[in-house]
Amino acid sequence: MQVTIRVNGNNTTHEIEDRLLLVHYLRDVLGLTGTNIGCDTTSCGACTVHLNGESVKSCTMLAAQADGAEVTTIEGLAGSDEMHPMQRAFRENHGLQCGFCTPGMVMAAVGLLREQANPTEEQVRSGLEGNLCRCTGYHNIVQAVLAAAKEGGAR
Amino acid sequence: MIPAPFAYRRAGSVDEALSLLAEHGDEAKVLAGGHSLLPLMKLRLAVPEVVVDVGRLQDLSYVRDEGDAIAVGALTRHRDLETSDLLAREAPLLSHAAGFVGDPQVRHRGTLGGSLVHGDPASDLPAVVLAMGGTLVARGPRGSREIPAADFFQSLFETAMEPDELLTEVRIPKPQSRGWGFEKFNQRAIDWATVGVAVSGDQRPAIALVNMGGTPLRATAAEQALADGGSVADAAALAADGTEPPSDLSASADYRRHLARVLVRRAVEDARGRA
Repeated sequence: MQVTIRVNGNNTTHEIEDRLLLVHYLRDVLGLTGTNIGCDTTSCGACTVHLNGESVKSCTMLAAQADGAEVTTIEGLAGSDEMHPMQRAFRENHGLQCGFCTPGMVMAAVGLLREQANPTEEQVRSGLEGNLCRCTGYHNIVQAVLAAAKEGGAR
Repeated sequence: MIPAPFAYRRAGSVDEALSLLAEHGDEAKVLAGGHSLLPLMKLRLAVPEVVVDVGRLQDLSYVRDEGDAIAVGALTRHRDLETSDLLAREAPLLSHAAGFVGDPQVRHRGTLGGSLVHGDPASDLPAVVLAMGGTLVARGPRGSREIPAADFFQSLFETAMEPDELLTEVRIPKPQSRGWGFEKFNQRAIDWATVGVAVSGDQRPAIALVNMGGTPLRATAAEQALADGGSVADAAALAADGTEPPSDLSASADYRRHLARVLVRRAVEDARGRA
């Protein structure tokens, strides 16, 4: 089948297999490998992207379901060469260790702030329940999200 | 992991979905948010030949006050249940419990109807709808029929749905009691409930159990004890009577029985505190 998905502001149209997952469309068809595949079972959140502005796990979605939709990946988050406030906050607060969970964590965190602009620490922790960091570096991740909230990280 | 090959068909209307189901019968699976079906397809535990995507039927996504009932469209996402002011006012058990399904990303995609027709006794919302005395509306080639939640869940992953039917609506009777309680015990936030409890009502509440058998179950012995004026502690001690909970990696059957007794006590106390 043919799908047209607007990814990071650009319309992309491709002939795909019906069973192609959105994460494989992003990584293998478009070459946007910033979105990682971790558990592949809807648990870890490494593959989190935005679908029409909301966080979703792209390993648990068919590309066909995103046909006609707007998808934002970590590559398109800032929309320019500068970093997005959330990316900057992760860097400044050392919100990462190995970095594998980071793209999904950043996308989930931006999604969280869109729904809850000034979360408490507890709300940040429950808002990131869908993302696992196997380095268990949660403390600085939470600090980064709280810092980003002050800097307009919901944009 | 990728699913086995299938033909993807997108329904533009309920009627189109029904005709696709009539055409493909048992070989087709209905795809809504996909958060129960796609993981099974990736593990090849489900291998449908045809996937009928109903996810764009926006007219099945709503929460409406219809006087004697709150009508919830089958395609209403968990996120929309969680944030519905109408549900928070008229059926708070449902909106509260929806906020504990999966995680935020899952709640952005998963739907109430999908969760119910999947028929997983470890899911939260089947027990919630059972406790609230909900009715499920299924549409098929012979028209619509209403199925009480008590008759809907038949065994593990088996419901009263026919292969040519589509769940369109869930009706929650009004008024709901001001007393309600919900407990979900799990090890990691994103896990299914090891055991869960949904309580609707306060003095003579309905009590439904998550993951204590092949279907969501009413804790009838505990309900009866409360109806007879027994104490919460005495009633909760009967919470696991008549259940056959599974033993698995997260818990033994005995531990689940223990959890049911503890969680029923907490949930009924909460319900009485709110009433």
